[in-house]
Amino acid sequence: MLGRLRGMLIKEFIQVFRDKRSRFLLFGPPVIQMLVFGYAATLEIRHIPTAVLDFDNSQVSRDLLSRFTASPYFDVRARLNDRRQIGELIDRGDVTVALQIHAGFAQDLRKGRTARLQVIVDSSVSNTALIAVGYVNQIAGRFSQDYQRERLFSTSPLVQSQLPSIVLDRRPWFNTDFDSQWFFVPGVIGNLILVMVVSLTAFAVVREREIGTLEQIMVTPIGRLEFILGKTVPFFLIGLLDTTLISLVGTLWFGVPLRGSIGVLAIGAILFILCMLGIGLFISTISMTQQQAMVSGFFFNMPAITFSGFATPISSMPEFMQWLTYLNPLRYFLDVLRGVYLKGVGLDVLWPQMTAMGVLGLVMLTISVARFHKSLD
Amino acid sequence: MTDNDAPPVIVRDLVKRFGDFVAVDRINLEARRGEIVGFLGPNGAGKSTTIRMLCGLLRPTAGQALVAGYDVAREPERVRQRIGYMSQKFSLYNDLRVIENIRFFASLYEVPDSVLKERVSWILDMAGLSGRKSTLTGTLPSGWKQRLALGCAVLHRPPILFLDEPTSGVDPISRRQFWELIHTMAAEGVTVLVTTHYMDEAEYCNRLVLIFQGRIVASGSPTELKQRAMTGELVLVECAPLGLALDLLRQTPDVADAAVFGNALHVVVPEARTMIPRLRTHLSQHGVIVARMEPIRPSLEDVFVSLTAAQGAGGKA
Repeated sequence: MLGRLRGMLIKEFIQVFRDKRSRFLLFGPPVIQMLVFGYAATLEIRHIPTAVLDFDNSQVSRDLLSRFTASPYFDVRARLNDRRQIGELIDRGDVTVALQIHAGFAQDLRKGRTARLQVIVDSSVSNTALIAVGYVNQIAGRFSQDYQRERLFSTSPLVQSQLPSIVLDRRPWFNTDFDSQWFFVPGVIGNLILVMVVSLTAFAVVREREIGTLEQIMVTPIGRLEFILGKTVPFFLIGLLDTTLISLVGTLWFGVPLRGSIGVLAIGAILFILCMLGIGLFISTISMTQQQAMVSGFFFNMPAITFSGFATPISSMPEFMQWLTYLNPLRYFLDVLRGVYLKGVGLDVLWPQMTAMGVLGLVMLTISVARFHKSLD
Repeated sequence: MTDNDAPPVIVRDLVKRFGDFVAVDRINLEARRGEIVGFLGPNGAGKSTTIRMLCGLLRPTAGQALVAGYDVAREPERVRQRIGYMSQKFSLYNDLRVIENIRFFASLYEVPDSVLKERVSWILDMAGLSGRKSTLTGTLPSGWKQRLALGCAVLHRPPILFLDEPTSGVDPISRRQFWELIHTMAAEGVTVLVTTHYMDEAEYCNRLVLIFQGRIVASGSPTELKQRAMTGELVLVECAPLGLALDLLRQTPDVADAAVFGNALHVVVPEARTMIPRLRTHLSQHGVIVARMEPIRPSLEDVFVSLTAAQGAGGKA
């Protein structure tokens, strides 16, 4: 038994590490992708390309617009004087937001009437549009508040001290600067490990099926478990090594703090990799060719990442989908990653996630092993 | 193996269906110790399917196969210890060195360390790979690869060897060397079941089993088959145009069969001596130029064509 497993492992390691290119492919792309995603994947919306039309052209309107110019969220790229230009700019994607101030804006304010600021927004990217409108609202609200205070102050200085208001006392826990890299980097670790381990495992078995060596192995006395262990142990180790590498990039390069224990992170990674080995093996049992394995892998990867809470919160998904996410190992691993990295929590908090991954991994591995037969039909 | 005299391979009413398609239809067979049994038949006849069932790669739909005394459907693992298998697909790892492939298969068969060294040098000698054990397998010429694959398949010295078109894509000289190896093994008592569609290879077998549409249509030694199958004598006709001659001959009474072989015709007649002059005249009268017409000894290919033709006609009727 041990002799055969040893033989399998030696052979797998030779094949995986023989040539430079495959050695690089195991570790290069995950690190490069970590770097790329770390920079590109961000929820922050800044420098929204903006056009302005000021038909009022008053001191007050210029004052309002200058607040947009000064804001890091808006990048005023065009000052227009014809409404029709807006459509053109938005169609081409040159601007996302157009602000239009009507003639008589300053006069309305002066007379104590409601003045209107029109916001035209390209909502084809709905999330950005929503956030942009939010920012506009914030700036306009602040402006309107300041304007009111100023007028009250100039008419009756005493009143100002009695003006009630709520001041936000912000106490962001875990990520004081709302740095979205801190949010994304742990998630990217999860995604990369998912893609790497699932595809490596699925391809390793299907490739042997395709070139015919699997048939040759099937007629030897090798046991099902020996074969599967021989195929998965190398990728388990490679998965762990990849996790370590990209976590180091996250911590050393992006400065994401690792507040919790490395041990807890390691337990999470091990359980998650086991789940991914199970999925990879399962895909290999339903695929006859590498092409089929690739498509099946894709069919798993995309939904798994989408329904993990990686980019969009699970709580905003439809209820049915939320239930489905409980079957998704990545959902739990992201909890573990963010929990250990940012919150610094331990097993006392994360044990339900660990248990869920353990159970899912066990179920998936069992199904895959049961489905793997030493026969061709 | 309780009974040493029992045939190493016993097949009884073996059937394999894939959906509605009957790939193997009630095959019966016995192979003795040291016998080389050749499975002959066109592509899709069921040769490979039969071999794969005997190796435990496919589950029989019905019937029974005993290999080395064990039922392949019930105890495939016991069977696997006692067989070697080599398929038409080259089944070693191209990205491993020669010695790494040997060591890998040796580990799967749990070849003890004490004999491993001797087996390794035996394979290297046999495959002509001495001094090249560090060569990447993928870079070897196909004949050498094939012999290496054979070596890896018999590392554990199995008493039974299954070869599924082992020499496809291998040059003639390598094929002959390969068959010499097979004969050496058979002489040492190894039972060999081999599929092929090279007719010349069939002559190397002790016994031939002709398979057509999943059924055994004939079996016997090459010589027996040739005698039994051909009712009549065989005449070689070299002439032009070939197509016209074929039509004319097929319409001639007393001609049992006529078929194209290469650039000539093979014609089956009751008696060659009396028929040759008649046929010669008949063909020339219709404008066929006859270059050569003489009696020949039937090859296995003739036997095969005549048997499958009879079978095909019988099947339609």
